Amino acid sequence: MQISPILAALRYHKAGVVLIAMQIALTLAIVCNAMFIIHQRLVRMDKPSGVEESGLLVVKNEWAGKPATGQIASLMAADLDTLRKMPGVANVYATNTYPLSNGGFANGIGHSPDKRNYVSVTAVYFSDENTLSTLGLKLVEGRNFNADEINGLGDNDKIAPAVIIVTRELARRLYPDGSALGKTAYISNEPSIIIGIVDRLQIPWVDNSMARWADCSTLLPFRNLVTITHYLIRTQPEEIEDVATRVRATLYATQRLRVIRPKDGVKTFAQVRAAAYKSDRGMAILMGVISVILVATTAAGIVGLASFWVGQRRKQIGVRRALGATRQDILGYFLTENLLICMAGVVLGGLLAIGLNLWLMKQFEMERIAPGYVLAGVAMLLLLGQCAVFAPAWRASHVPPVEATRSV
Amino acid sequence: MLGYYLDLALRSLKRSPGLTTLMILIVGFGVAASMTSYSVFRAVSGDPIPWKSSRLFVPQIDMWGPKGRRDGTNNNEPPDAMDYTDAVAMMREHRAKYQSAMYRVSPSIVPPDASKHPINVGGHAVYSEFFPMLDVPFKFGNAWGADSDAQRAAVIVISDKLNQKLFGGANSIGKTVNIDGKDYRVTGVLDNWSPKPVFYDVVNTGGFTTGQEDVFLPFTRAIDVGMPNDGNTNCAEIPKGSGFVGLQQSSCIWISYMAELDDKAAASAYKDYLDGYFRDQKAAGRFDWPVNNRLRDLPAWLDSEHVVPSDTKISLMVALGLLVACLVNTAGLLLAKFLRRSSEIGVRRALGAPRMAIYMQFLIEAGMVGLTGGVLGLMLTWVGVRCVSWVLPKEIASLAHVDLALLMLTLAVAVLATMLAGLYPTFRASRVQPALQLKTN
Repeated sequence: MQISPILAALRYHKAGVVLIAMQIALTLAIVCNAMFIIHQRLVRMDKPSGVEESGLLVVKNEWAGKPATGQIASLMAADLDTLRKMPGVANVYATNTYPLSNGGFANGIGHSPDKRNYVSVTAVYFSDENTLSTLGLKLVEGRNFNADEINGLGDNDKIAPAVIIVTRELARRLYPDGSALGKTAYISNEPSIIIGIVDRLQIPWVDNSMARWADCSTLLPFRNLVTITHYLIRTQPEEIEDVATRVRATLYATQRLRVIRPKDGVKTFAQVRAAAYKSDRGMAILMGVISVILVATTAAGIVGLASFWVGQRRKQIGVRRALGATRQDILGYFLTENLLICMAGVVLGGLLAIGLNLWLMKQFEMERIAPGYVLAGVAMLLLLGQCAVFAPAWRASHVPPVEATRSV
Repeated sequence: MLGYYLDLALRSLKRSPGLTTLMILIVGFGVAASMTSYSVFRAVSGDPIPWKSSRLFVPQIDMWGPKGRRDGTNNNEPPDAMDYTDAVAMMREHRAKYQSAMYRVSPSIVPPDASKHPINVGGHAVYSEFFPMLDVPFKFGNAWGADSDAQRAAVIVISDKLNQKLFGGANSIGKTVNIDGKDYRVTGVLDNWSPKPVFYDVVNTGGFTTGQEDVFLPFTRAIDVGMPNDGNTNCAEIPKGSGFVGLQQSSCIWISYMAELDDKAAASAYKDYLDGYFRDQKAAGRFDWPVNNRLRDLPAWLDSEHVVPSDTKISLMVALGLLVACLVNTAGLLLAKFLRRSSEIGVRRALGAPRMAIYMQFLIEAGMVGLTGGVLGLMLTWVGVRCVSWVLPKEIASLAHVDLALLMLTLAVAVLATMLAGLYPTFRASRVQPALQLKTN
């Protein structure tokens, strides 16, 4: 296939060529970045929380009438007892927050009591001896809390745990050169001994700004005696729906002065996960829809313009056919022509894609796009161009030679 | 003449129904995607109090100093909330026209009817000036007076929704609401007031929240009864004392603050006051770093707090990119369509039609495509806005809505954009040489 006659012919409809190339460039730039955003979101949504999620239930309870700290302790103990006795319930504990809840508090943890001098930020989970088995966390080193190590903690009381359990990632940051087990760390202004290390436990927040310490969690042996408590309930997976429907009424039956919201007071962990990642999922869907519309539009545009060019050049095609060009020659001509235009488009588009990514990085703290996305986009658009132009080109190849003799 | 051109355009569009449909679809989808994104962007980026936002200010005092910066993420920004000491000192000195310290509370209300479960409500502990400062509308009654602030009185302003729930919507002024076991006298019922973003306390609400603002009660009273803070508490160091009193004595930040300053002079005087306050505290030995305070007006404050989610901005940008790509596409198709009719143009020109007439004819044709695409875009936008609740968090999706302004904008964007896309093809059409066209036929 000779390129020069094609280039010469292209000079006669510059505007159309430029428009198609621009279209391809814009499509490449947007689709690459959209795919990259989708991939990032999917990776984020795929992050394991470290929790055995199926069969886990969350109840948010709020005591009404402002009971005193001591009262809350006995109310909570009674609740835990009631819940544990419910059929279908395997284990339960009370806490301030849980992974993916998007609430809770974080603290600096390090080697000195000075809080402005910490090694890492860590999420603080109040726990008891049932936490590991309720959440299904994997203890890789050390031991669990003992029941006698769990203390009550009133509102804004000083937090100074004697013992803590940390995640493997946090242990590595605190003691990069050896096991952190049995060593001390300062999460308050008094030292705490690390008695156990769990494999993985995600922090409550999924926000990108906290991604750097997303696996740095600490379990503290406290029962938080404040008005709002979350009960985490491990059920037999097949009985979770049943327990979920009964739990609210069961708790109200023991004590009326509380609030468990009918709408969202009781949630399965699957619902918690869906809510936590809703905006990521939404963004992925949105980018997907926009990419599909864009690719379809571009393909339709190529079909439209190529059809027009074929219609415009029927006479010339007839002449070429009459002079001995085969159908394959004509087909090849249009396919090559499209390939040349698309190649110009993808070169420009590749630059645009990187430019757009740089701009997104600057404005929205996005990551740098992997070159694979641009290359895949280039391959996809070249293929798309060829597919789109095939029908008009095939029609062109079927223009009979006799066309050359008409109306000349 | 216009009628004639419309007729010509209609005939031309009918002649190639495939191409026409394609263009209409492209314009429709492009416009709908960008308008749907825009409706979300518009909902979250709007000024919640446009008549007053430039007169509302949020002061920031650098009570943590350079060592208290978190992870280096917010550069050299002072903390975005206040500790109790500074908030109360600034309320006492009372240098702005109106001002209020506030913190988020989430008490529970025990209904008088013992058969009903208690309900949990959200709200803020504020000073009386909060209401006139933010032009809060009342359905019944009014805000409590400054004397109630001073007396730490058990008074309350409730939302009309809570009034509906507790008192069946009747005028409840003077009645009482039982909060955490104590009776609060209702002084006012709000008239459907729920600004989005929740601009007076973006630190604790993130701006957009599904949480209701049901109760407002005196800050002084809430502190007195030890009503816990339901918002964020950030500490640079561990409080020395324990309990709620320990929190009040600490440098932990958990209080939002807003002030009304009616002109530039007042704003700069207030900034001087803030810096002076800082220097006094420094002289007293509280700080050992240089002055680094901020006084932002509301729009600048919302911007610095990144209230508009970056996902919304990215979506809008990408959707606008899609619109541009669609227009480039339409331009290509119009070019093909117009140039195919070179001979017709040649005849019209030879019979004396000026270039202007050709311009008119083809721009009207482009406009017609735009209008039809716009009508399709209108329907798709309506569907799109309905569907955003599937993909966006509830607190944001519920704000996006279709109104007349959005519909008019959709149509205008479709028509104008398509005509813009038609400009070059029209220009090319008007340059067709009549002699050449007549000869080849």
